[in-house]
Amino acid sequence: MEIEPLGDSALIVRVVNNFEHGPDAALNAVLRVFHSLEAAAIPGVIELAPAYSTVAVFYDPARISRTELSPSPFDCLTAKIEGALQNQSRGAGEGASSRALEIPVCYDPEFAFDLGHVAVHGGLSEAEVVRRHAGARYRVNCVGFTPGFPYLTGLPTELATPRRATPRTEIPAGSVAIGGAQTGIYPSKSPGGWNVIGRTPLRLFDVKHEPPAMFQAGDRITLRQISREEFDSLRQ
Amino acid sequence: MNATVASAGFLTSVQDLGRTGFRQSGVSSGGALDAHAMRVANALVGNDDNAAGLEATLGKLRLRFDDQRIVAWCGGPFTVRIGDENLPPGHAGLIGAGEELVMAAPNEGSRGWLAISGGIDVPLVLRSRSTDLRGNFGGHDGRTLRDGDVLPLGKHGDLEIAAPWISEWSAPAPWAVTAPRDRFLRIVRGANWDRFTPEAQISLVTASFTVTPDSDRMGARLDGPNLDGNEAGDLLSEAVAPGTLQVPPSGQPILLLGDCQTIGGYPQIAHVITVDLPIAAQLWPGDHVRFHEVTLAEAQQLFLERENDFARFRVGLDLHRS
Repeated sequence: MEIEPLGDSALIVRVVNNFEHGPDAALNAVLRVFHSLEAAAIPGVIELAPAYSTVAVFYDPARISRTELSPSPFDCLTAKIEGALQNQSRGAGEGASSRALEIPVCYDPEFAFDLGHVAVHGGLSEAEVVRRHAGARYRVNCVGFTPGFPYLTGLPTELATPRRATPRTEIPAGSVAIGGAQTGIYPSKSPGGWNVIGRTPLRLFDVKHEPPAMFQAGDRITLRQISREEFDSLRQ
Repeated sequence: MNATVASAGFLTSVQDLGRTGFRQSGVSSGGALDAHAMRVANALVGNDDNAAGLEATLGKLRLRFDDQRIVAWCGGPFTVRIGDENLPPGHAGLIGAGEELVMAAPNEGSRGWLAISGGIDVPLVLRSRSTDLRGNFGGHDGRTLRDGDVLPLGKHGDLEIAAPWISEWSAPAPWAVTAPRDRFLRIVRGANWDRFTPEAQISLVTASFTVTPDSDRMGARLDGPNLDGNEAGDLLSEAVAPGTLQVPPSGQPILLLGDCQTIGGYPQIAHVITVDLPIAAQLWPGDHVRFHEVTLAEAQQLFLERENDFARFRVGLDLHRS
């Protein structure tokens, strides 16, 4: 583990270096650090942001308590973080349990602009793409890009499809899409270059809720294929 | 009591010091691109640091007030008038009921921050009154202002002065006007500094970069010598922050600003230090900018000095008012 500055008011805790060899284990390690730092509630820390193999810590340098021996806010916060994480490794190892969420997805042609392209690219029928996409188990690796957007790992490799050469100017809210080896769901209408293959009727980001995003890093996700009729009845 | 937007100008939005605590949900901090200017203006009118004000872009903003208010502004060198009176930057001024405040286009720079005593009382959304222009929430209906909008104003203390009145005291000049002609931004090295060639590292701190037209509150895109990497291979996305200088494969860097996304996958060559973000917030297409490297210790020392100076400034204002 390494701690590096991210400008003068944030730092990055690099939890794992070898992410590719075990994304699930890496994510668990990142979540343990995230929850330990949340629990440590170090004065001066403003917020935390986990992503893949790192946890970013945003802080107010003026509110980090310093000593005459060590006047640098970065050095003092680094020492406090290292202390908090040492306590973690001595204590409970498992960290927070991951939530399991089931997301209904309609793969109707009306919503699946790029299903044909994904099928051709993978050498599969469209029905087979849907069967494999809906049948896989996913995990939220991080939330970002746009508010509430979940980056999911677990996409079957034969469904991996490069991003579109020309991004669409508007992808509707709820669109389920494939970008390279990842899949994700657009919480709100936005431009985007991923291949759209379906849509969920659920509202994934709502500013009236805290937290506003339905997903958080670590969530385990299954998809349930629904009909066009069920999509309309579930629409929020 | 309200303020009516007689003319909304080019791009004006309600902003406070930003939205924190939701980065893990992908919500950017946003807020006034120059948070320091916003809090100085707030201090001048007797508001809390985090009260909501207006961020005006290129001016042409006209406001009318239902009741007497104290107003102050900082930022690019705009011409601001209360009725026929000139309101200099970093000064507090009284505006009477029915009077009009006009912010004309700036001579240099691009943005200005206006504080109004009592603050703009739009609802808190995710604990902030800032407008998130990408997510379309917060501020005034989640959007930039339009002609005819009516902004609710918060309560403020009794004013025992009569218009016209402009304060004799003012904010320090470098805080009041933040658009220098020579735009030098100090930087600290980013996590991926070593992925760049020695030529790229030297170019970054010696060359002049030009702000391109596709720049906005998310970031200023810069045109200059290519900053080439010496390492192939994708990076995993990780956190970025306002001030991050990231370099996409084109080699042309992007300086991220307040509305930037929360994570990014491009190599981060450097970060503009916090006390220089006010200069970054004034950048406009066609502007030239240069970078100068400092150590993290220097950057944080400058940050702490500015915090001390601001605390003293606040104490001084309280003495003037008492």
